[in-house]
Amino acid sequence: MNAPILTYTIFLPLLGVPFILAVPQKGDVGKNVIRGIALVTSILVFLVSLRIYFDFDASIGGFQFLEDHQWISSYGIHYKLGLDGLSFWLVLLTTFLTPLTILSTWRAIDKRVKEFQVSMLVLETAMLGTFMALDLFLFYVFWEIMLIPMYLIIGVWGGERRIYAAVKFFLYTAVGSLLMLVCIIGLVYFHQQQTGVMTFDLLKLYGTKIPRLYEILFFAAFALAFAIKVPMFPLHTWLPDAHVEAPTAGSVILAGILLKMGTYGFFRFAMPLFPQGSAFFTPLIITLSVIGIIYGALVAMVQPDIKKLVAYSSVSHLGYCMLGLYVLTRQGVEGSVLQMINHGISTGALFLLVGIVYERRHTRLIKEYGGIARIVPIYSTIFLIVTLSSIGFPTTNGFIGEFLILLGAFKVNKLAAVLAATGVILGAVYMLWMVQRVFYGEVTNPKNLTLKDMNFREVVYMLPLIVLIFWIGLFPNFFLDKMHTSVDKFISQVKVERTDLNSHHQMARAFLKNHETKVVIAKE
Amino acid sequence: MENYIYLIPLFPFLGFLINGLFGKKLGKGIISFIGCTTIGFSFLVSVFIWKYLLSLEPEHRVLTQVLWKWLAVGKLNVEVGFLIDPLSMLMILVVTGVGFLIHVYSTGYMWDDESYWRYFAYLNMFVFFMSLLVLGSNYLVMFVGWEGVGLASYLLIGFWYQGIDNAIAGKKAFVVNRIGDFGFALGMFLMFWTFGSLSYLDVFPKALHMFESGALALNSPVMVAICLLLFIGATGKSAQIPLYIWLPDAMAGPTPVSALIHAATMVTAGVYMVARTNILYTLAPTALLVVAGIACATAFFAATMGVLQNDIKKVLAYSTVSQLGYMFIGVGVTAYWAGIFHLMTHAFFKACLFLCSGSVIHAMSGDQDMRHMGGLAKKMPITYLTMLIATLAISGLPPFAGFFSKDEILGKAFVFPFYPSAGKVIWFIGTVAAGITAFYMFRLIFMTFHGEFRGTEEQRHHLHESPANMTVPLVILAILSIVGGWLGIPHLIGKLFGHVPNLLETFLEPVFEHSNNIVASTVGIHHVPEAAEWSLMSTSVVVAIIGISLAFYIYMVHGKELPKKLAEKYAFHYQVIYNKYYVDEIYEVLFVLPIYYLSILLWKVVDAFMIDGIGVNGPAWLVKKTSAGTRLVQNGYVQTYGAFMLVGLVSIVCFFLYR
Repeated sequence: MNAPILTYTIFLPLLGVPFILAVPQKGDVGKNVIRGIALVTSILVFLVSLRIYFDFDASIGGFQFLEDHQWISSYGIHYKLGLDGLSFWLVLLTTFLTPLTILSTWRAIDKRVKEFQVSMLVLETAMLGTFMALDLFLFYVFWEIMLIPMYLIIGVWGGERRIYAAVKFFLYTAVGSLLMLVCIIGLVYFHQQQTGVMTFDLLKLYGTKIPRLYEILFFAAFALAFAIKVPMFPLHTWLPDAHVEAPTAGSVILAGILLKMGTYGFFRFAMPLFPQGSAFFTPLIITLSVIGIIYGALVAMVQPDIKKLVAYSSVSHLGYCMLGLYVLTRQGVEGSVLQMINHGISTGALFLLVGIVYERRHTRLIKEYGGIARIVPIYSTIFLIVTLSSIGFPTTNGFIGEFLILLGAFKVNKLAAVLAATGVILGAVYMLWMVQRVFYGEVTNPKNLTLKDMNFREVVYMLPLIVLIFWIGLFPNFFLDKMHTSVDKFISQVKVERTDLNSHHQMARAFLKNHETKVVIAKE
Repeated sequence: MENYIYLIPLFPFLGFLINGLFGKKLGKGIISFIGCTTIGFSFLVSVFIWKYLLSLEPEHRVLTQVLWKWLAVGKLNVEVGFLIDPLSMLMILVVTGVGFLIHVYSTGYMWDDESYWRYFAYLNMFVFFMSLLVLGSNYLVMFVGWEGVGLASYLLIGFWYQGIDNAIAGKKAFVVNRIGDFGFALGMFLMFWTFGSLSYLDVFPKALHMFESGALALNSPVMVAICLLLFIGATGKSAQIPLYIWLPDAMAGPTPVSALIHAATMVTAGVYMVARTNILYTLAPTALLVVAGIACATAFFAATMGVLQNDIKKVLAYSTVSQLGYMFIGVGVTAYWAGIFHLMTHAFFKACLFLCSGSVIHAMSGDQDMRHMGGLAKKMPITYLTMLIATLAISGLPPFAGFFSKDEILGKAFVFPFYPSAGKVIWFIGTVAAGITAFYMFRLIFMTFHGEFRGTEEQRHHLHESPANMTVPLVILAILSIVGGWLGIPHLIGKLFGHVPNLLETFLEPVFEHSNNIVASTVGIHHVPEAAEWSLMSTSVVVAIIGISLAFYIYMVHGKELPKKLAEKYAFHYQVIYNKYYVDEIYEVLFVLPIYYLSILLWKVVDAFMIDGIGVNGPAWLVKKTSAGTRLVQNGYVQTYGAFMLVGLVSIVCFFLYR
């Protein structure tokens, strides 16, 4: 047995906590030491997680790096960890984004630095645990722990309406997850009835036969918890508030990683545990995803606040992820997984960029800017590159994700693909319109004349993101190769028998019949 | 030799990187050197590959190179690969050749600009993406180039971004192109799920095979759908109805950009794409009819819009839209090689026209209004002469280049094999539009170069001929505007001079061979009798001469009063045409504003009021109110609690007593 690398990765961030607590929070030196410790810790975590990258065997469809220990034996609860082709990338995304985020807080967070950095590290542990847990109970524990530091980050270091936003974030998520907890117990109960063994082990629970009604109900509860997190239309309204009020670092983590918990939850739990329930809701979820894509884009277009614009664009982007996941074609699912990573990079980068001007001007309103391309050329160039990635320009990561998702969707559901593809046009509209109003034209606000361009530290944390944007765009196979087998396994787990699918297709047709006449596509 | 194909895009890419990253610190001389030589090298490599290609047997003239596996998921397997056949060879020669001349010209035109380095970085980036578009061996690589040139176009239209209108024009171009790309992408999806590949060398043979084996009928719905969806992309990129609206606004960019991107190369990408996809289009005659029909309408309407423009670049912009229409007529009536022929000659004479207009604008200190010009011929003889040659070429007078290519297209339209009667209509409208073209182009020449100077004194002082790095490209392009047409001399005329071969048609033959066979095997190829061909040819010459004479009469003979009088007499028509049929305004009302207000509605009403107000804060409010109500019960007064106890006690006693 090798070293328990996953456990090391999960708990390594906590190792920094006692050191941080030991440092007195006095003056700039003390604060910088605290920040330094957090940064070094998170970089160490990233380096350790690279070990996972090198040891990962893409040819294995199941889980790797398995660790399994009894935890609460009387209830069959285990401390069980493992990775497959999806969680592998999400874990790396987490360990990659965290140090960049911590680096971005150097100037932005100046009060209660100690508490903030501790929250960040605890949050990292919780996020990593959520992605690695293969025991439903353990997963639930990490999932809930994650809420606390995030709640604090929004509620303590946030903007004016931070309390409202933090409470909203917490309640929204908690409501969904409580129902999920009930259904986890229900699932375990059914499993015990059939096999006589009480276990929370995900791998054993896969394939549990559940009465159809219960399967649908259980799926609905799981889906609600995850759909809130994604967030899917119409459960998204916590997101703009949380983003606008959260400090930059909070937004980056929130958009970059926390939202992926939702899609990850569908991929890992809701869909493979309850394929019948999933199939039952497929028409609804595809419809909501498509609505989310278009709705998010339209609402983003008219936002006066850059951060809110980016927040709504997340609703649109995550709609693609859900669509790709639900069409259950290889292209769709792999595109969806890639798009999760892409969104973490591009939207994370956008939030970082918004944070950079916010630190200088303390406003995020588009109309406060205008014509700043001449004043801050490096910033403008990087902003444009990230914009291109966000609108899916070929050679950047966004294109590969969107292309695969739409290609995959087109095979299964042409109408959904066509409607979703309009989001690509709208994406260009809202992003470029914003870019035009912020960067081009004459400098309208004299306060911007003295705006400082990005400094060395800021370039340092943006550069890795830029590299990844093009890396994924030019060599996507590097990333996709790791997930082929896992995705194939996922599809075979989730696809229900043909007969069932047909009835759902009929439902889907009935559901979308009204719109069908509008778009004319030749059937193959 | 195929191992060197990658060098063609590589050089401009390096130029882009060097100028883009370090250009700010480099001197203008070095920037110019890097900017121009990289394109020059690409041109040289193209010439060497061309020589090699000619040494091969015609049917073996296909070179491919694969750089790396790009995207492989399930059945999808896309490579970053290049393909050179006579079609992409010709295109890349035009792109790098004309591109090089325009880069050289730019060193003069842009010399005084403070963002000189940024200009050359963008221009090199454009050539890089354009060469990907042309050389790609599959539709996805073409799409990369396709969107990439759109980005370069966006950046260069908005090059002087401090003028917000320029930035808006750039954004408009990008967004309108995105609408087209939406269609292109859907076309790719349908193609992939039909043929299981996006690679040219997989799709076309497969389609042919399916057609020959009877699995795919002529004009099958799938084929028509694929072709029409791809054509939506072409209407965006190549500025056809209904998506042409971005191109006139695109003139906000520097003039050499208009010449290179918005006239000679990028906007012809749609024509190239249709020609590249010729086998699929030939299998879908309905799609061809749509292409030819839209092209014909575009050629005509854009020509009418060009008639009344006063901005010298706007005239040329509408003329570009119109000429692109001719190219699409060519490919639409299955005369693919003629479409490409016109693409090439147009690249020469339109680049020349734009660069000449740039020279004029330079001399006029940035003024583009032709009403302020006049009599410039004496001050700038080289510009005048070269522009005259290019104008003669676009007007379709022999022996200039435009005559041969335009005539080939109209002649082929006359015998459109799938829809002969529609072909006649297209020929007629096309010929009329050609007359209008000759009219507005000579209007431009007369207003700009003849008569008296109408600008300010200051401008008059400043008038000068441009420096050599600007005029030499003009002269070269003017020469090409004459001899370029001789590459495709029709058989009829060739006979007169002792069997001059049609070099271009022969060169391109292998690419379009299959399409010609399909046409021959299904409806048969019709040949026009010689007498009819002569009369068609003379008709177009006569029409052109009528157009020129009319322009001469209105703007030279009665130049002082007649244009004004006509404008007053036909005030309504004048206004409608002058305002480009109000198409921009109609789009604004039909699409832009509704979407904008819908979005506001979604945000304020659906999101903020319904979902968040009622759905989310509603329950919270309810809980709060309920709690406030029940809180009254727990108010801390002993009397209240005592009363509750009493009520409870009595109730229990009663319950037991009267049970």
